[in-house]
Parts: sequence; C-alpha cells; structure tokens
Amino acid sequence: MPEAVIEVEALGKTYRTSVKQPGFRGTLRHYFRRQYREIEAVRSVSFRIARGEVVGFLGANGAGKTTTLKMLTGLVHPTSGRARVAGHEPFRREREFLERITLVMGNKQQLLWDLPALETLRINAAIYRLDEATAQARIAELSELLEIQDKLREPVRKLSLGERMKCELLAALLHRPEVLFLDEPTLGLDVNAQDSIRGFLREYNRRHRATIVLTSHYMADITALCERVLLIHRGALIYDGELRGILERFAPYREVELTLDAGVADEVLERFGEVASRKGRTTRLIVRREDVTRTLQQLLRELPVSDLAIKDPPIEQIVGRLFREGSLGEEGSAEPRTP
Amino acid sequence: MSPAAAFLRKLRAFASTGVALFSEYRAELFLWSLAGVIPLIMMGVWRQASATGAFPLDPTEFTRYFLAVFLVRQATIVWVIWDFEAHVVSGTLSPLLLQPSNPAFRFVVWHLTERLARAPFALAVLAIWLLLFPDAFFWPKLGDVCLAVLGIAASFATRFVIQYAFAMVGFWSERATSLEEVWFLVYVFLSGVIAPLDVYPDVVRTIAAFTPFPYFVYFPVQLLLGREENVLRGFVVLAVWWGLGYALYRVLWRKGLRHYSAMGA
Repeated sequence: MPEAVIEVEALGKTYRTSVKQPGFRGTLRHYFRRQYREIEAVRSVSFRIARGEVVGFLGANGAGKTTTLKMLTGLVHPTSGRARVAGHEPFRREREFLERITLVMGNKQQLLWDLPALETLRINAAIYRLDEATAQARIAELSELLEIQDKLREPVRKLSLGERMKCELLAALLHRPEVLFLDEPTLGLDVNAQDSIRGFLREYNRRHRATIVLTSHYMADITALCERVLLIHRGALIYDGELRGILERFAPYREVELTLDAGVADEVLERFGEVASRKGRTTRLIVRREDVTRTLQQLLRELPVSDLAIKDPPIEQIVGRLFREGSLGEEGSAEPRTP
Repeated sequence: MSPAAAFLRKLRAFASTGVALFSEYRAELFLWSLAGVIPLIMMGVWRQASATGAFPLDPTEFTRYFLAVFLVRQATIVWVIWDFEAHVVSGTLSPLLLQPSNPAFRFVVWHLTERLARAPFALAVLAIWLLLFPDAFFWPKLGDVCLAVLGIAASFATRFVIQYAFAMVGFWSERATSLEEVWFLVYVFLSGVIAPLDVYPDVVRTIAAFTPFPYFVYFPVQLLLGREENVLRGFVVLAVWWGLGYALYRVLWRKGLRHYSAMGA
C-alpha cells in the first residue's frame, strides 16, 4: 500500500452513560443512587488510508462512524488502540497536526451567524497564519469552485442552507488541509446543492491530492466520491473494500426481471421468489443467489416466459436494507475483508 | 511570518470582527448598559439614608461612590461562562478545538472589544446621572485615574480568569453557569456593589479582605476616588487570585479536554 496518511490500530471507545428508570421513583433513585452503563461505541477498529484516497464511512445511526471521525481528529480520546493521522497522534492536537486536517460537520457550523462569511474567513486566515495575498488567492479560488463569490459579503443568517454549507467548506479548507474529515456534509441540502458539493470535493481531491474521509446517509455522496468504503456496524468494522464488493458480501440475492406472454397469478409467481414489483406483464422477483440457476430452469419450464434478465440489486437498496434492519445476521460477525 | 506579527494579525482580525459583531448587537448593548444601573438605584437609597443618619460618607460622597461603581462594573463585566457553556452544549466548541488557537483568545478579545462598543452607552447613562446630581461632578487626579485604569484592568483579568476556570466545569456538567450564579451572589454582597465596604461591620470587612470580591469593584472605585490607602496590597491580592484562577483553569482545561466527547454532535 502507498504511504498511509491515516493508520488506525485496534481503536476503541467506550462511553459511560447514566441510566434512569421512568417515573417518580425512578427519578428519586436516579438522584440518590445513580446507575451507569458502559456503551462500546467503537470496538477494535483497524484500517489504513493512503494519501489522496476518498473513503466513505457507512453505517446506521449510532454505528460509531462519527465517534471514529472524532477520534481521528483528536476531539475524542480513544479508550484503547492507537491512531496516527498525518504523522501525528490526533489527541495531542499539536499545531502542525491541526494545520493539516479539517473537520466539517453538516449539523454544526463555525461561521459567525450574524456577520458575512468573509469575517470568519479573515479570522481563519489569521489563525492559520496565512499572509494577506495567500488568503485572498485561496478565497478567490475556492469561492469560484464553489460558485459563491457573490455570497461572501452577505450575513450568514441570510444565506440558504446550501450556500451556508459552501461557506463552511470554504472556511474549513482555507488553510488547505491534507486530510478532510466530512461528517454528513450534504445533510438537508437539495439535490442541486448536493451535486455541486460533490463536484467541488472531487475537484479539491484532484487538485490537491487531499485525503477525504466522508460519512453520509446519502448513498449518492458515497457512490459519486468513494472508491473504497468502510462499513461500521455496532462499533465494529465489518467491511473494508470497494463499494461493489458490498454486493457480493451483503446481498445474498439477485433480481430476476421476467416478461410473460400471458397473465399469471401472484400466488404462482411467489413460488419462485419474493415478488418485488409487477407492472403489466413484467415482474421483478427477488431470488436467493444460490437458488438462481434452479429457479431460472423452473421458470422457463413452467411459465410462458418471453424475456428474462438477471440483475444485481442497486447498492443503495442493499445498504439501505442493512441500515434499516440494523442487523447483518451472520455476515455481520465476519472478519473485515480488505481489498 | 514572525510569531509577534502572527499574534498582532490575529489580534487585529478578532478585534475588528468583535467590533463588527457588537455593532450588530447595538440594541442589546444599550439594554445591557441599562441593566447595569443597580449601583445607581442603590445610590438613591444610600443618599437618602445618609441624609438622615450617621454614616462614614455624606450624600455627595455616596453619589460619587456609586457613579464610580457603575463605571467600574461596566468595564469589568464578564460573561464568558455563558458563551462557553453554549458552545459545549450545542457542540460548536468542536470546530474551535480543531483550530490551532486557544478558544480563550477569542473570548478575551471579544470581551475587550465589547467594552469599546459599550462605552458610548455607558457614558451616556453616566452623563444623565451627573445632570441629575450635579454636586457629584468632580475631576479626578491624573494619578488616580491611571491607578484606577490599572485596577480596573487587574479586576477584569482576575474576574475573567476565575469565571473561565468555572466555565471549564462545562466539560462535565451542562449547567456550569449555576456555579457563577452562586459566586455572583457573594460578589454582589462583598464587592461593594450594593454598599461601600466602609458601612459594613468590621468582622465582615475582615472576612471580605481574604476573598477577591472587594478587589473587583471596591478597590478600583477607591483608586478612582483617591481614597485607597493600601494600593500595593490591592494589586498583590488581585495578582494572587489571578494566579489561583489561572492554575485552576489550566488543570480543568487539561482534564476537561480528555473528558469532552463533543456532546450533541
């Protein structure tokens, strides 16, 4: 593997949280004898990310993605294991380290709400010791890429959500960090704004060979930007590899699309697999991967099939299913697979 | 860029942004200045009382005392604990912690720039009061003004660092401000805001001398009025309390950062 910018070894984080029973008695008990519970947010996670890679973190809510990001930025102290980012131990938060990374959170902002974004940019330029000419050149470059040149002088509170997020990105990237941690950067944005931010991140990565680690609930962010994904489930890393690899690993079924010459009752079709949809004479059946050959033979033998196609289910559907179910069955306990 | 140049650039950037911020909050600043007129209300009470009873100060001296209290309070008000707590609770402290600059720097500079933005309102309130009580007008001696400015600066620095140390409790509790509220009760009683310490019983004054409170308000006021007898002791006591506050802040800052889990994110 080329030079690793991020190295994580058996990283873990356990939180202690108080537990309270409902009702008045529960409140009294909580007041006098507080009980605590330990939550393993991240469990022995290991991976390496090379310079210039764009990696997506996937996982359901509470899976441990944000906690991992926070440990990598130095905001949260790990309970166990070790991490090195850009040659530094994150939690020491040395100046050289902070100058090389950035964290953008879709639901938190660093911009001063009542002032134009330019004021925050002036502060950031001073904090990161950029001289006036460099700061101006970078503001011009980034604002052009983000298409917000005319928005920097308006109070942040008057900007749309998409414009605000673009200004946030500008503020977070002014010091030209090598490693970008992005936590839900397109949260709540409309499709156009999401697309524009994805385009910007792609271009930033290309121009500066920046490493990007991204979490998002929008699969489009992941599919558009990430060649590699890390799948986190209940704090553990269960998959590390190409996005397409998830299909083989977590989609033990395929889609069979068939067109029939004559009408056939639902009950008859259900004998061959789960009916996902029916439109006229075209039916989409979900069939277990190991049953595909046998089912196809049966279908051709027993039904008036005029056309037939076999497809992998869309990646969004698989990951969405994993998130919804919150359980990965036996696959979930498998060892991480590296490419 | 040399460290000194970098520091000055940062100072300039924060100061100009601070002025811009507080100009946005003009109406709020005016109301805050009005909210600081408690000493002027107390002045009415004490003027009345001194006209009828035996007190160490006459009505004019009471007036001058409380006008000076008003000025000192306007110049030394600290609210950093509320700002810090809001950042912790909302999770917006995280972006600040990821910048190579101690968040304390922005809080200090913005407190100082707020003084500039507040000054016109505070001076307007003072002018109105002097029109109402022209007998209280006097020109303080230049030496006393210089000492008072130093006293106010020392008082502000000590109040700030102690409140900032309390703010660090926000790493563990979402209600760190309740500490400040208790502290403020004692401050109001012992600092000289509601009455000059001259009118307190000896035992209370003796106890108060071991706390920082009289040095926050009473001491700079006495300097301005040219009545302070033990100038050096006042500055030494403030320096000691500043040192204690700073040490407490550093310990809690280090431990708090370890504990902090970027709540709310």
